[in-house]
Amino acid sequence: MKRSLSFIACLLAGSVLAYEGHAMLALFEPSEEFPAGEVGTIDDHGKNAFSLPYPGLTDEQKTDFVVGNSFFKKPWVEAPSSTTARDGLGPHFVANSCGACHALDGRGAPPDFKNNIQQEQPMALLLRLSIPGQKPDPVYGGQLNNQAVQGVKPEGKVAIRYEEIRGQFADGSSYSLQKPHYKIEQLAYGPLHKDIMISPRIAPQIIGLGLLEAIPDASILANAERQRAEGKGIAGQPNYVMDAFAGKALIGRFGWKANVGSVAHQTAGAFLGDIGITSSKNPHEECMPQQKDCLRAPSGGKPEIDDDKLAQVIFYSQTLAVPTRRDANTSDVLRGKQLFSDANCVSCHTPSYKTGEFAAIPQLANQTIYPYTDLLLHDMGEGLADNRPDGKANGKQWKTPPLWGLGLVKTVNGHTRYLHDGRARNMMEAVLWHGGEAEASKQAVLKMSTADRENLLKFLNSL
Amino acid sequence: MLPIRSLLFSCVLAFSALSNAAEVDSQAVIVQYANLVSANYQDSLASSKDMQTKIDAFLAQPSAESLKAAQAAWLEAREWYGQTEAFRFYGGPIDSETGPEGFINGWPLDEAYIDYVKGKPKAGIINSKTPINEAKLRSLNERGGEENIATGWHAIEFLLWGQDFNKDGAGQRSFTDYTTAPNAERRKQYLKLVTDMLVADLASVEKQWRAGEKNYRAQFETKGDDSIKKMLTGLGSLSRGELAGERTEVALDTQNQEDEHSCFSDNTHRDLVNNAKGIQNVWEARYVRRSGEVLEGASLNALVAQKNPSVAEAVSRDIANSVKLAEAVQAPFDREIVGKKDAPGRKRLHVFVESLKAQAKSLVEAAKVLGIKRLNTGV
Repeated sequence: MKRSLSFIACLLAGSVLAYEGHAMLALFEPSEEFPAGEVGTIDDHGKNAFSLPYPGLTDEQKTDFVVGNSFFKKPWVEAPSSTTARDGLGPHFVANSCGACHALDGRGAPPDFKNNIQQEQPMALLLRLSIPGQKPDPVYGGQLNNQAVQGVKPEGKVAIRYEEIRGQFADGSSYSLQKPHYKIEQLAYGPLHKDIMISPRIAPQIIGLGLLEAIPDASILANAERQRAEGKGIAGQPNYVMDAFAGKALIGRFGWKANVGSVAHQTAGAFLGDIGITSSKNPHEECMPQQKDCLRAPSGGKPEIDDDKLAQVIFYSQTLAVPTRRDANTSDVLRGKQLFSDANCVSCHTPSYKTGEFAAIPQLANQTIYPYTDLLLHDMGEGLADNRPDGKANGKQWKTPPLWGLGLVKTVNGHTRYLHDGRARNMMEAVLWHGGEAEASKQAVLKMSTADRENLLKFLNSL
Repeated sequence: MLPIRSLLFSCVLAFSALSNAAEVDSQAVIVQYANLVSANYQDSLASSKDMQTKIDAFLAQPSAESLKAAQAAWLEAREWYGQTEAFRFYGGPIDSETGPEGFINGWPLDEAYIDYVKGKPKAGIINSKTPINEAKLRSLNERGGEENIATGWHAIEFLLWGQDFNKDGAGQRSFTDYTTAPNAERRKQYLKLVTDMLVADLASVEKQWRAGEKNYRAQFETKGDDSIKKMLTGLGSLSRGELAGERTEVALDTQNQEDEHSCFSDNTHRDLVNNAKGIQNVWEARYVRRSGEVLEGASLNALVAQKNPSVAEAVSRDIANSVKLAEAVQAPFDREIVGKKDAPGRKRLHVFVESLKAQAKSLVEAAKVLGIKRLNTGV
C-alpha cells in the first residue's frame, strides 16, 4: 500500500496533465485505508474478505465468533432429528441458514435469467407483505415464505419479470436499466388480500455492523440537521423502531428501510422470520391462523435456539471485519473521490464517523470509521419506490446503505447486483436508479465525461 | 511487506554466495514449498484413485468384505488429503473463486439431503426422481446453504458408513443398501459418481501444482513476498480459524456429533493429526511421502530463524506440541467432546486448542519478522 513520495508525486503530476480545467483530486487521508479503524479492518481481498473477525477481538471473543459463525452458516434441519443442536427449521421458511442468503457473509443476488426466463426461485431475495395500516396479510403474514418442511405447504412462489428502460449520458453514450415486477404465484392458502403491498429486499453484506451500532445517535441526527442546513433538497429522516432487546424505540440503523434498531433484534427476527427458529424473544412460530398444517408441524424445542447460542450469533454478526481499501491513493481513485464529493453523493453517503461508547464490545469505542452512510431515510423517487410504508418510512423512502466493501462483492459473491432488490447489474446502474432527493446527484453523473465516470466507479470499487 | 528489490537482491546472493550454505533465501523457500505441495497432492490423488478402485470393486460385488475394503481405502486416502489442508485459505487452486474445495471437502453435510436417515426413509436425492449426473450434483452442492453438501469426502463417507448412532464406533451401513434396499441402483450410481468427481477434482488441483507447466505454480514461484505471505496465511488460518475454531471449539461448545469433522467414520481424531502435521510439514519444509521418500529443503523455519531465532523456535515448539496433543486425542471424537469441564476427553481437546491458539500467535509474530504486518489467521 505504501508508496514512495516521489511515486505519488509522479502520479499527481500525470493526473494534473490528464485532467484539464477544473479537474481536481481529492486529498488522500491515510486513515481512510482502514475503513473500520484499527480494531475492525482486515487486510484480505479474497473470497473470505467479508468473513473474518475484527482483528481487535480478544481470544475469548474469537471463540464466541467461531461458535456464532457455525450457527450462522450451518443449516437448521427439520425436527425431530439427530442434529439436536440445530433442529426446528420452519415450518415455513425462506432459507435454512443465515449463510444461505448472506453467502460468505456477503450479498445475495436475484435469480438467474436465461433468454428472459427466470431459472429458479429467489434465495436471498425475500418479499415483505402488508396491507394498508402496516398490518400483515391476514392469511400470509408479514413476509412470503417460499419453502416449508415436509407435510407443510410453501406459501407460494415468486415470479419476476424485468422491463427494460433505456437512457443516455450527456456525452451520447447509452445505458439500459431493468425494472423488476413481482408476482406471487401458486398460493397455498388462497388469494392474497386485495390491497396487498409487496416489498422485495435482498440480503446485503454484513460487515462492520457492530461499528455501525456504535455510531452515536447524535451523529445520525446531526446528519439530518446538516442536510437541512445545506438546502440542497436533501432531507434525511431517522426511522424509529421498537427494539425487542432494548425494550424501547431506537433509531433504525439496519435493513433497507432502517426498520431495525440493533443487530440483536435483527438476528432474532431473521431467525424467526426467515428460518423459522424460535428464541426467547420470539417464542412462537409464525404460523397464521388459517395455516393449519403450519400450526400442526413439530417444533425443535422451546425455544429452538437458546439464549447463549443466539448471543453468539449476534456477536458474530457484530464483529465481521471490513477489508482495507484498495488503491485508495491512486490519482484515478482520488479523482473519483473528488467527483463523488462534487456530485454531493457525500451528503447522504456520509464518509466517516467517530464511534461512541459500546458497552457490549468495548473495543469498538472511539474508532474512526468510513462506512459512507448517514443511516437516514430518503425519498429516492418513483423509480425505486415500492409504495409500501415501513415504520416511519414511507413507500418512496430507503435508508442510505453503507458502501464499505462494495468493490469486493464480485470477488466474494461472484456478482455485481446492487440496490434493495438487486435490480442493478453493476455499480453504474445502481447510481442511475437514484432519483427523488438524489436526482441532482444523478444528473451530475449523467453529465460526466466517460473518463470521469470511470474514475467515479474506480473510487466506488476501492471502497 | 518486504520490498521486491530485497528479494531480487537475495536471489542474486543465492547465486553468488553458494559457499554460504546457512543462508536461506525466500525464493528457495517458495520453490521447496511448491515441491512439497505438489508431492502431497500427488499422494492425495494416488490414494484417492486406490479408493476409487476399491469402491468400484465394492459396487461391482457388494458384500460386507468389499464394503470394508472400500472403507479402509477411504481412511487411507484421508491420511494424505488431511495434510494438504495446510495449502488452503489463501485463494490458491484449491479454494480460489472457482476452486473445487467446496466439492471436495464440504462439511458438515445434511445427511437427509443425500439419502435416507433415521425416521425419514424417503429423504434425499437418492430417494427422489432427481437425475444423478455430474452437472446436477454440482448444481445441487451448496445450493441454499454452504452445508447442503452433495459431493466430496464426506458424501462418500456417509454413503460408506451411514449415520453413526453408536457410542463406541462408526456408522453401521449395511452392504445391502447397495443390493436389496430401496433405490439401491441409484445409491450405486451416486457413490460411483461422487467418487469419480472427487478424483477428478483432486486431479485438477494436482495439475496446478505440477512442476514445469504453465499453471498456478509457475505464477506462485514468481510472486516473492506475496507467496511467502500466502504460505503463512494458510498455516495461520488452518491453525486458528479452522482447526482450533471450526473443528474443535465449536464441537466442544455444542458437544454435538454434528460438529464432528468425519462423523460417520469416526475418523476425526486422524483429521486432527493430519491437519496439525500438514502445518508442521510446511513450516519445516519436510514431508514424508506415501512411498516413504522424504522431501527436505529450505524452510520458513530457517528463513525466520536467520532474522529472529527465538520467534522461529517458538513456532517450532508450538507446532510440535500441537501435533503431539493431536495424537493424544482418543477415538471416537464424539465421545471425547461430551461431559463436564474436567472430563478427560474435553481436557485433551482443550489443551490441543490452546496449543493451536499459541501457534497461531507465534505464526503472526513470525510473519512480522518477515515484514508481514496483518497476517490473517481465519479468526
